[in-house]
Amino acid sequence: MAAENTTIFSPQLAARFDRLVTLYPVKRSALVPMLLYAQDEIGYISDAVVAEVAQRIGITELDVRNVVSYYSLMRTKPVGKYHVQVCTNISCMLRGGNELLHHCSQRLGIGHKQTTPDGLFSLEEVECIGACSWAPAVQVNYDYHENLTPESMDKVLDQYRAKASK
Amino acid sequence: MADVTFTVDGKQLTAPKGTLLIEACRKAGIEIPAFCYYPGLSLQGACRMCVVRVEKMPKLQTACTTPVADGMVVTTESPEIAQARKATIELLLGNHPLDCPVCDAGGECELQDMTFKYGAHQSQFVEIKNHREEQQWSPVVYFDRPRCILCYRCVRVCGEGMDVWALGIQNRGSGAVIAPNKQDHLECEECGMCIDICPVGALTSGTYRYKTRPWEMSHVSTVCTHCADGCKTTLGVRRADDGMEIVRGDNRDKSGFNNDFLCIKGRYAFDFASREDRITQPLLKQPDGQFKPATWDEALDFAGKQLREIRDTRGGKSIGVIGSTRITNEEAYLLQKFARTVLGTNNIDHHRTADYPSFLAALKAKGQKEASIRDFADAKAILVLGSDPTEQHPLLAWQIRNNVRNNQARLYAANHQDIKLRRQATGFLKIQQENYGALIAFLAGNEKTFEGNANAAGFREALRKEESIVIAFGSEYRGRDIEALIAFGAGFPNVKFACLGDYANSRGASDMGLLPDLLPGYVPVTGAGSFMQEYGAALPQTAGMDMVQMFDAAGRGELAALYVASADPVKRFGVDPAALKNTFLIVQDMFLTETAKLADVILPAANLYEKAGTATNTYGDLQLVKKAGDKAGVRSDFDLIVRLAGHMGHDIKSLVPFGKGLLADFGQSRGTQSGEADRHAVWLTAHQLELKASPFDPFAIFDEIQRLVPAYDLPRLDLMAGNDEHLKSDLVQIQTGATRRDLVLPSNDTLFTSGTLGEYSQMLHSVMESRKQSPAETAAD
Amino acid sequence: MAYLTTHPDVVPVISFRFGKGAADIDRYLELDGYKSVRKCFEMEPDAIINEVKTSGLRGRGGAGFPAGMKWSFVPKESAKPKYILVNGDESEPGTCKDRLIFEHDPHSVIEGVLIAGLAVGAKMGFIYLRGEYRFLIEIMEKAVADAYQRGFLGKGIFGTKHDFEIVVQTGAGAYEVGEESALMESLEGKRGVPRIRPPFPAVAGLYGGPTIINNAETIATVPHIFRIGAKEYAALGTERNGGTRLFCLSGHLEKPGVYELPMGYNLKKMIYEVGGGIPNGKKLKAVVPGGSSTPVLLPEEIDIGMDFDQVAKAGSMLGSGGVVVLDETVCMVEFALRTIKFYQHESCGWCIPCREGTDWLKKSLTRLHMGGAVDKDIDQIKYIADNMLGRTFCPLGDAAAMPTAAFVKKFRKEFEDHLNGKGCPYHPAPDYELATV
Ligand SMILES: Cc1cc2nc3c(=O)[nH]c(=O)nc-3n(C[C@H](O)[C@H](O)[C@H](O)COP(=O)(O)O)c2cc1C
Ligand code: SF4
Ligand code: FES
Repeated sequence: MAAENTTIFSPQLAARFDRLVTLYPVKRSALVPMLLYAQDEIGYISDAVVAEVAQRIGITELDVRNVVSYYSLMRTKPVGKYHVQVCTNISCMLRGGNELLHHCSQRLGIGHKQTTPDGLFSLEEVECIGACSWAPAVQVNYDYHENLTPESMDKVLDQYRAKASK
Repeated sequence: MADVTFTVDGKQLTAPKGTLLIEACRKAGIEIPAFCYYPGLSLQGACRMCVVRVEKMPKLQTACTTPVADGMVVTTESPEIAQARKATIELLLGNHPLDCPVCDAGGECELQDMTFKYGAHQSQFVEIKNHREEQQWSPVVYFDRPRCILCYRCVRVCGEGMDVWALGIQNRGSGAVIAPNKQDHLECEECGMCIDICPVGALTSGTYRYKTRPWEMSHVSTVCTHCADGCKTTLGVRRADDGMEIVRGDNRDKSGFNNDFLCIKGRYAFDFASREDRITQPLLKQPDGQFKPATWDEALDFAGKQLREIRDTRGGKSIGVIGSTRITNEEAYLLQKFARTVLGTNNIDHHRTADYPSFLAALKAKGQKEASIRDFADAKAILVLGSDPTEQHPLLAWQIRNNVRNNQARLYAANHQDIKLRRQATGFLKIQQENYGALIAFLAGNEKTFEGNANAAGFREALRKEESIVIAFGSEYRGRDIEALIAFGAGFPNVKFACLGDYANSRGASDMGLLPDLLPGYVPVTGAGSFMQEYGAALPQTAGMDMVQMFDAAGRGELAALYVASADPVKRFGVDPAALKNTFLIVQDMFLTETAKLADVILPAANLYEKAGTATNTYGDLQLVKKAGDKAGVRSDFDLIVRLAGHMGHDIKSLVPFGKGLLADFGQSRGTQSGEADRHAVWLTAHQLELKASPFDPFAIFDEIQRLVPAYDLPRLDLMAGNDEHLKSDLVQIQTGATRRDLVLPSNDTLFTSGTLGEYSQMLHSVMESRKQSPAETAAD
Repeated sequence: MAYLTTHPDVVPVISFRFGKGAADIDRYLELDGYKSVRKCFEMEPDAIINEVKTSGLRGRGGAGFPAGMKWSFVPKESAKPKYILVNGDESEPGTCKDRLIFEHDPHSVIEGVLIAGLAVGAKMGFIYLRGEYRFLIEIMEKAVADAYQRGFLGKGIFGTKHDFEIVVQTGAGAYEVGEESALMESLEGKRGVPRIRPPFPAVAGLYGGPTIINNAETIATVPHIFRIGAKEYAALGTERNGGTRLFCLSGHLEKPGVYELPMGYNLKKMIYEVGGGIPNGKKLKAVVPGGSSTPVLLPEEIDIGMDFDQVAKAGSMLGSGGVVVLDETVCMVEFALRTIKFYQHESCGWCIPCREGTDWLKKSLTRLHMGGAVDKDIDQIKYIADNMLGRTFCPLGDAAAMPTAAFVKKFRKEFEDHLNGKGCPYHPAPDYELATV
């Protein structure tokens, strides 16, 4: 497509988008996946992402923003490299979800929807992530960590810290 | 569709199958409350106010989404239903700021009304309300978010109705808010439909907000003074130091052909009326070139004496008269009568923006009908040739969009530009600007210019399948081209036409004979026949000078006097001021226009919002103009013409048929043929009308117009009730050929300009300014 | 890797390939994969639908609508293409079963879609997974790609004249998108706001075409019905509730987990035997039987069979099969609050009763939990819930109101214990702010 030269995405992602819009009876069906994959690459849904996605799909930027702001996985501001999402919904709450959130907050020194100064971690309290039988559960980026205790949570965080310094 | 029978509140009703319950009930006088339902817009079912009980259904049903069905039994009011509505209101009020005392909508708020009706008067909640700051989205649109009840009317009217799509919804749940297209501001057509349609005071207008309480205003419904579509508007006026100030324009009562539609100009651009720099005293030019205020008597005496002297010494042929496209029919008529019978000249013209004479002549020749603006609302097919309705005929564009959306009408458009309406078009043909004439030849079957053009062939093919069509054309068509167009159109089994001109009463100006060669009703001056008898022998019988000829004559020193009523020809036609050096110039207007600056006498004039009479839109729909605003020190053009005639020593009775004593003579003594007053009196009696008591009553002239211009002889009562009446176009007495001089000068106005009036509208300027400041559109939209 | 938990009472029908590497297409084929769809190629569409009807399979997404009946609503002739849409948005708190299917047996979903396609004459299917399930999307995408590669998808599938396309779609965090009409909106690239019904999806759904929407478990069960026989499948369950289903046991249990049990399995037994009972010798306080939207049951109300009809008779709902068990240490006000917070967060905002009602319930319950409420506030909470019930645009409003009303009704005493500045007896002084979602 025409945007090839001007795309803000990597060639791989741009190619994926080119294909994505052809899969559906209407182009617009590609909107939600496109935004999510764009966010994965860019880190958040920037104005530039909105502009390019709008152009690729052929809808207005307002239309794109209406959709972006609806879905809770989509964010318009950067988060930490590792986005720690702690579930406190009922099943997790019954098995220590709140305490886990509190623990993470203490350990990382940040609160809900905040990012550590080094940009490594951000914290978010989230709704049920579909891990109720293995509660309490946490998602770091897209990875699930389940049956957690404050101690095992520390290990998880340490793993990510180590991964980052590699 | 077939009718179905059903029962509502014990009453048996019938309605066409598929009718929504809420509509069927409303038609039967059963009001069902609703916030989100709005006729003509897509269904939402979101507010849950319209819940009713339908027998055999487990839950309450929303009347706005339920089509009526045979045998359906419905209850619309019961304790259960009242409780449901009450609870919904309570929930809304829980987060509503309840700042009614300072809210623009206070007193005309649907939420207030519903609260009043269902009695959710006890605040059930002690929690802190969600608050958000108010935002300004454009010079005319403000959004107070906590007041919003999320009915999505604004979003829909902007998108579906206006095809602008500048409003969206962001976030979800209780965080959901209406949002403008450019993050913190709007980029749109600024029509204000969103404000108008808002059931509460969430969207407010920059021109009206915090100005007044609704009940402090008087509401006057009249005709918009801007474009030639002639929307009906209700002006909210209130007392000011120097008269009545217009503070608001809308058409909430949905009367008239525009329903609730108004564009930016209709809604806000009345502010020229209350400008500080309006002329409110007669002004006389001094030898040093300065203007000095004068009394009315001084000014009129001076002007009258000068005019009379010039007429008597140099003849009527040395005097010119220029009328206006924004005065009433009565004023236009009176002005030409004044020119022809008092000044004795046919040198009269106005700024022509469409070739109505050729159009009406061609219609008559082919026995075709003219389309009312109403026809565009339900035509099966529409063909738009030239013009850009979105910019120049906002109401026409609105009618077309609604018709396409709600009735699946087919729109065909041919234009040299990619006009916005092409989005609604089944067929769109882009042509060269010089090929409008050739296009008609092609559509009629001649291949020449468009030979081998597949698009054009497809366009023609599709058109040929249409049986019933309305054709609108812009000023691209004149003279012979119009003739050809009508001839081509006559090939459709069922067709109507509309000729698109530019200003509020440009059609009336033409119909009323503000033309050098044509009398009212397009009777040629050369064969004045009946008018000779009416106006008396003095009527000049050769065509006078047109606008261009007048200024040429002035340049040659041959135009001794010029009388300009509410027009600025110097600016419009780029006249060299030096040309008028030796011409005695009388100008009546609101402002010190380019033309007024050159005047010897300036008479302060009222505008269309400050007078009564009638106006005709470009589709030949006649409407009543009512006085809304008032400004101390100004007079209507009508008033000024009458007074000027008086100060010239003319017998006013021969100009305006008014006063006692005329009715007494029923023709017994002199016979109905022997005098104009008698003829008039007989006509009035036959029409069950009374003779008017004052020479300043425009309806005295309207009586005469109705009598002498058959097309305007329409049911008076209907008109007085505020309804529009379509002219009897088949009765227009046109006898002119299509070879007249082409003096059409399109105004090229946009949504944000409006000739002289636009130049003096601060609001329009601020909107245009704000548009310049906003960053350029990205490629994305 | 999350997996199915075992217990002697488990009847592995849908889970029969779990833990056996069936995400690999060859392994799936070895385990009788794609045999059912081959059988269906030999059958008339009506016969396929009749088999599904016979099986007694009811929707596993929550409402328990008979799957065969839903399929039979699709008109035979349609000007617009028909579609199969798999609802894998799985977001009801307490529910975590569909993910096991996607993880362990993705091809069974594909096979189910193909059978549904044959039954109603669709040529395209969509498998919509919630965005959080990124790893499952990858598994599912690979399975679809493998199926294309084998000729099970695409043009002339399985060497027949049939064509079929499947697209795997991701959501992006929105519970409401699990509601079928909002799901279609989302798939069409819009905000996940529900649509006006009628028309129902079976008549006019995705892109205006007739559409079958089924929960992932419902669809994945279909091939198994043809594998073991419809009558045989039906016989595993109870009357009008055929077969087995995945029950998600969570909360205060010794052995929480996802178990495949026959429909109608006794709830008490499920808790005390399958789930291993309440840990630490604590007493049972309450059970939420079918996901967070279902009204709570008291210990004395749980001696019931877990099928749609029996749970309904007990005043609750089988829902999505998420059994959440609460021991005596749980503050019911806090639990009610956490439940409503979820619905407040997830309300799409379209209609007034849900948008405003959930917001106010959340605020009121927060205040009540902290001790800031007085007597009449309890009735007020019930008033709001009662006035939301049945009045909202889609069932999310009911899903918020029903459990709230039940908590107030069944635990009124506990609500009263919080009043007049007393605060929460269970958390006298929590050293952290209550969750803020
Ligand atoms: C608010 C709401 C959320 C829902 N979420 C889900 C969901 O996450 N997964 C699901 O399968 N069904 C969900 N449903 C049910 C679907 O609307 C629909 O009934 C179901 O997918 C149909 O499939 P089934 O007949 O196989 O159960 C939800 C319904 C509502 C009202
Ligand atoms: S009940 Fe209303 S606000 Fe709630 S999710 Fe459904 S449509 Fe949206
Ligand atoms: S409640 Fe936490 S994953 Fe479901």
